[in-house]
Amino acid sequence: MSHGQEVGPVTRARLSPRKRQQVSRGVQYAIFAAAVLFIALSADWKAVVENFADLDVAKEAFPELITIALKNTVIYTLSAYVVGFILGLVVALARLSSIAVYRGFALAYIEVFRGLPALVVFLIFGFGLPVAFPGLKFPFDQYGTVAVALGLVASAYMAETFRAGIQAVPRGQMEAARSLGMSHTRAMVSIVIPQALRIVIPPLTNELILLFKDSSLVFVLGVTSLTTELSKFGGDLATEYADSTPLILAGAAYLVITLPLGYVVRRLEAQQQKAR
Amino acid sequence: MSAVQIDGLHKSFGTLEVLKGIDATVESGEVVCVIGPSGSGKSTLLRCVNLLEQPNSGKIVVNGVEITDRDCDIDAARRRVGMVFQQFNLFQHLTVLDNLTIAQRKVLKRDKAEAQRVAIENLEKVGVADKAKSYPAQLSGGQQQRVAIARALSMGPEVMLFDEPTSALDPELVGEVLGVMRRLADEGMTMLVVTHEMQFAREVADKVLFMDGGVVVEQGPPSQVIAAPQQERTKTFLARVLDPISRSE
Repeated sequence: MSHGQEVGPVTRARLSPRKRQQVSRGVQYAIFAAAVLFIALSADWKAVVENFADLDVAKEAFPELITIALKNTVIYTLSAYVVGFILGLVVALARLSSIAVYRGFALAYIEVFRGLPALVVFLIFGFGLPVAFPGLKFPFDQYGTVAVALGLVASAYMAETFRAGIQAVPRGQMEAARSLGMSHTRAMVSIVIPQALRIVIPPLTNELILLFKDSSLVFVLGVTSLTTELSKFGGDLATEYADSTPLILAGAAYLVITLPLGYVVRRLEAQQQKAR
Repeated sequence: MSAVQIDGLHKSFGTLEVLKGIDATVESGEVVCVIGPSGSGKSTLLRCVNLLEQPNSGKIVVNGVEITDRDCDIDAARRRVGMVFQQFNLFQHLTVLDNLTIAQRKVLKRDKAEAQRVAIENLEKVGVADKAKSYPAQLSGGQQQRVAIARALSMGPEVMLFDEPTSALDPELVGEVLGVMRRLADEGMTMLVVTHEMQFAREVADKVLFMDGGVVVEQGPPSQVIAAPQQERTKTFLARVLDPISRSE
């Protein structure tokens, strides 16, 4: 620290810390402006517009983009979320069980499905299981397969979230419930889990956002024009017209869902922060 | 028959022996205060009476039922013993009224109207009936602890256990909780109270247990244990508690 010697009468005064900060900030703004200017000037805007915002191609994408692709993406995601939620809660309870076998099983389950890429799980469900068990049929065809495959992937993460939530409920809550004569199970159901759920709403909403994106992996199962979802739909159309506009539209459709969810998560987190 | 009878109670946490053979009785309608330095095992003793801690050996009999018996239904035993905690432990996600009714309905299988009637009656008794629709976080510490007492009372316990019920309270809120406890004692409730409130112990207790190092060092009426202690350890402890400034080293 060069405290005190900066205002020497002979040596030229160095910049004060505040002045230095001002200069530094100015330089950062300048770099940003230069980068924007460079991109704006070097891009071929006509080509960009044609390739990413071609209105004629965009027209072709509707209404199927909404009525089929977005609808299916939502169905795949929500059904997988329900499966993941239920499985996740069960696995979390097993993880916290006093019976060692359950704990071990839950731990293995979590580690395996958290460690596997969702794509691999889909491939196993799409090609591995039908070969291994020829008679195997999921209800609701494709929808059922997706719900289970994507749900398994989600359940591993959700189980860890539930576990953290349950452990975040103070021990005194369980003790008070037991002291009133409730059984362990009753205390869990009526007292601990409801409070744990409140705690994990923000991370669980995050998981929903992740699932929306992971649902794009459905394409590896092979989809028809009726069971297609946003990514596949946008990709197919982009190939057909040799134009990226459908991809931009598909991307926008994801954001229409995920941005509000992200906002909700931030609001909930802020609320919990305040309630503390 | 004693309301609570404790014989040769031992409890260890790992290698640490916290209770080294406790014998004590609480007669029906009696108020027994347990005093002693922190770490002396008072709270553990109380938690054993509710089986929140499993004793290693020894016997606890509550109104003729041996709760330390392996075949004893723990949940049924706890139902007959009310517990009030230092940290209140109200259910944060439920309103005050629901805090009082949930166990009545789920455990005692009372219908909603009956459970609410009992709840309101007990809330009135502790003077917080106007807060029935509030959530615990909206109440002061003193109000929360009074609700916790009402919650335990709603189960119709035969014995009430208090684990340092005023230790987490701001000084100006201690009085309202002790007032409720005093009234409860006057009504003839059997109470086992771990406390640092010597004034309360002196005025309300029928019997005082002084514990230190996992044993009961001295017991008897407050006029004896608090006013005229026989044991050196009791004298030292009381001198520190009753006159903390002049005796601090």
